[in-house]
Amino acid sequence: MPLLSVDELTITFSGRGSRDVQAVAGVSFDVDQGQVVGLVGESGCGKSVTSLALMGLLPSRGVTIGGRADYDGTDLLRLSTARMRDLRGSQLAMIFQDPLSSLNPVVPIGVQVTEILKRHRGMKGEPARKEAAHLLDRVGIPDPTRRLKEYPHQLSGGMRQRALIAMAVACAPRLLIADEPTTALDVTIQAQILELLKELVDEEGTALLMITHDLGVVAGLCDQVNVLYAGKVVESAARRPLFAAPTHPYAHGLLGSIPRLDAPRGEPLRPIRGSINDRIDWADGCAFAPRCDSYTMECLTGTPQLTEPHTPGHLARCVNPVKHEMHGDGGDHGNTADLKKTEAGS
Amino acid sequence: MSLLELDDVKVHFPVKRGVFFDRTVGHVYAVDGVSLSVEAGQTYGLVGESGCGKTTLGRAVLRLVDITSGGVVFDGTDLAALPGEEMRRARRRLQMVFQDPLGSLDPRQNIESILTEGMTAHGIGADAGERRKRILDILAKVGLPANALSRYPHEFSGGQRQRIGIARALVLEPDVIICDEPVSALDVSIQAQVLNLLEELQESMGLTYLVIAHDLAVVRHISDVIGVMYLGSLVEEAPSDLLYAEPRHPYTRALMSAVPVPDPVVEDGRERILLTGDLPSPADPPTGCRFHTRCPWKQETLCATERPALRDVGDGHRVACHYAAEIADGTITRAAGEASPASTPETSPV
Repeated sequence: MPLLSVDELTITFSGRGSRDVQAVAGVSFDVDQGQVVGLVGESGCGKSVTSLALMGLLPSRGVTIGGRADYDGTDLLRLSTARMRDLRGSQLAMIFQDPLSSLNPVVPIGVQVTEILKRHRGMKGEPARKEAAHLLDRVGIPDPTRRLKEYPHQLSGGMRQRALIAMAVACAPRLLIADEPTTALDVTIQAQILELLKELVDEEGTALLMITHDLGVVAGLCDQVNVLYAGKVVESAARRPLFAAPTHPYAHGLLGSIPRLDAPRGEPLRPIRGSINDRIDWADGCAFAPRCDSYTMECLTGTPQLTEPHTPGHLARCVNPVKHEMHGDGGDHGNTADLKKTEAGS
Repeated sequence: MSLLELDDVKVHFPVKRGVFFDRTVGHVYAVDGVSLSVEAGQTYGLVGESGCGKTTLGRAVLRLVDITSGGVVFDGTDLAALPGEEMRRARRRLQMVFQDPLGSLDPRQNIESILTEGMTAHGIGADAGERRKRILDILAKVGLPANALSRYPHEFSGGQRQRIGIARALVLEPDVIICDEPVSALDVSIQAQVLNLLEELQESMGLTYLVIAHDLAVVRHISDVIGVMYLGSLVEEAPSDLLYAEPRHPYTRALMSAVPVPDPVVEDGRERILLTGDLPSPADPPTGCRFHTRCPWKQETLCATERPALRDVGDGHRVACHYAAEIADGTITRAAGEASPASTPETSPV
């Protein structure tokens, strides 16, 4: 049984006098113990809102949440505030994108770290301080006892993110949600932080839900990848098959749009046309159809379902899945789409 | 001769302290001696991490910040020495596209007004009709509809706003466009559209670009020549393919190994050079080689004491490292404990 099983999660924002916005339109995925699961997508696809809903961080007014998120037998979406507070920080933890705004600027780092130890592990005084120093040391912050007395602005960006990770892992959570943890950082620092996250997963068996827009980060870190578009998972697979043979035209297009460091120069990018604003309601058909190169009239008749068009375990929500010459086991016939194999297949 | 030549450009910002007397207590060495040349019709890519001075250098070319010393020679004229009014007029030929498309467009001006402003300031176009015709022409070139003219910046998506920023530069018929992080605020699918647009425009209009970005993959994709900056100075410069094939400076190597590649097969197999620590402060740069505090190849002699000059090592490849040759042929190896092989290949299907 998976540690976290999200089933048909829907999140709708409603405001007085404006149209309801469905940010998440039925997202399902599982996270197993010790597994790194990626939620990938561009801005507005609903990836961050999903993580906030799981942590119970969305406001109760104006937001309607549907579906289930079973964590260890309990539905996270229907927990009482008090019960959620107990879980948050001890069993579930989260790392945010911007480390500076996630830390309290007027409180020393040490106080912020020991606060969690006090709340969830009942530690205080000298032992708590020792443990806090140990935690900072664990995430690679040099001279931790001095750093504990410092304020967030005295730390560099990478250091702050490390401090946040230290706080997140203070109670050895079983599930860690990281929302764009390295987006605000330089690449050399990003490499350090990703290495640290990898280490934590390997050593502690923590499950990691990684939310990012960067397919490069996903390629190096995630076991299972879910690609989101307009609030739905459009493709879900283990990372190697996903990158070798992206099956949904959106995932395929996304990989074709990224300039690669190892690609020969002069190879043109294949961008996806239009923008996220050119979409239709999932109820009317495929939300990606207006931007898709291989859409047919079939795409505009009802919501496409997640199926396994080519290989078992590789799910795609598309009626005209991208065909891959090399990896198209069994999927080579009866396909209207005829897109070339992507260069991602090494 | 190159179209744009920078000769030992320095931009130092004074750090002041005190209430009554603005005592200068030190300097931030944002750009500390950069020489490079950009050929007409080519793209020069400037990469580096935050705080390396790349943006300041770009702004210095347009004299949007004061140049402390050095020369910026554009088409035979030294811009650094031009008086204000002449510099203003020179800016018609040197335009800039900024990172944040929303922040660089006036929210209360409609697109027509934004695009006309520069033309009126530089006296381009005889009358309003002619200017309008020209604007429509450019709008079509950057892929915006003609009805965009009467709309305001907030009505456009991020990618479209960046197109407006590019159009604003183009209406003045510039020779050089300095693009400061032109795509970093955009989603990847939109990024590719804008990058392709920049390339098309370069081909059709013969533009010269100086592209400033932190994303090495983006820079490599569009640049002919790449310069890598670290703490205010160039550490390496080479034609794009050569830099990728044979990075010679330790910092370039580390930077390249840190860039994630969207391909698990590559990611699993490659070796990462993890740098320890953070960028030192440009107000108090390390002695000798600026990179020696984080360099995995640091040697006992020279590195901490003498600042390496940018030396030509052949094929248009310039490196500022005392030991570039020794590192390349393997006589010097990396300090132990710094390297971490990429994660062990896992047992996944395929």
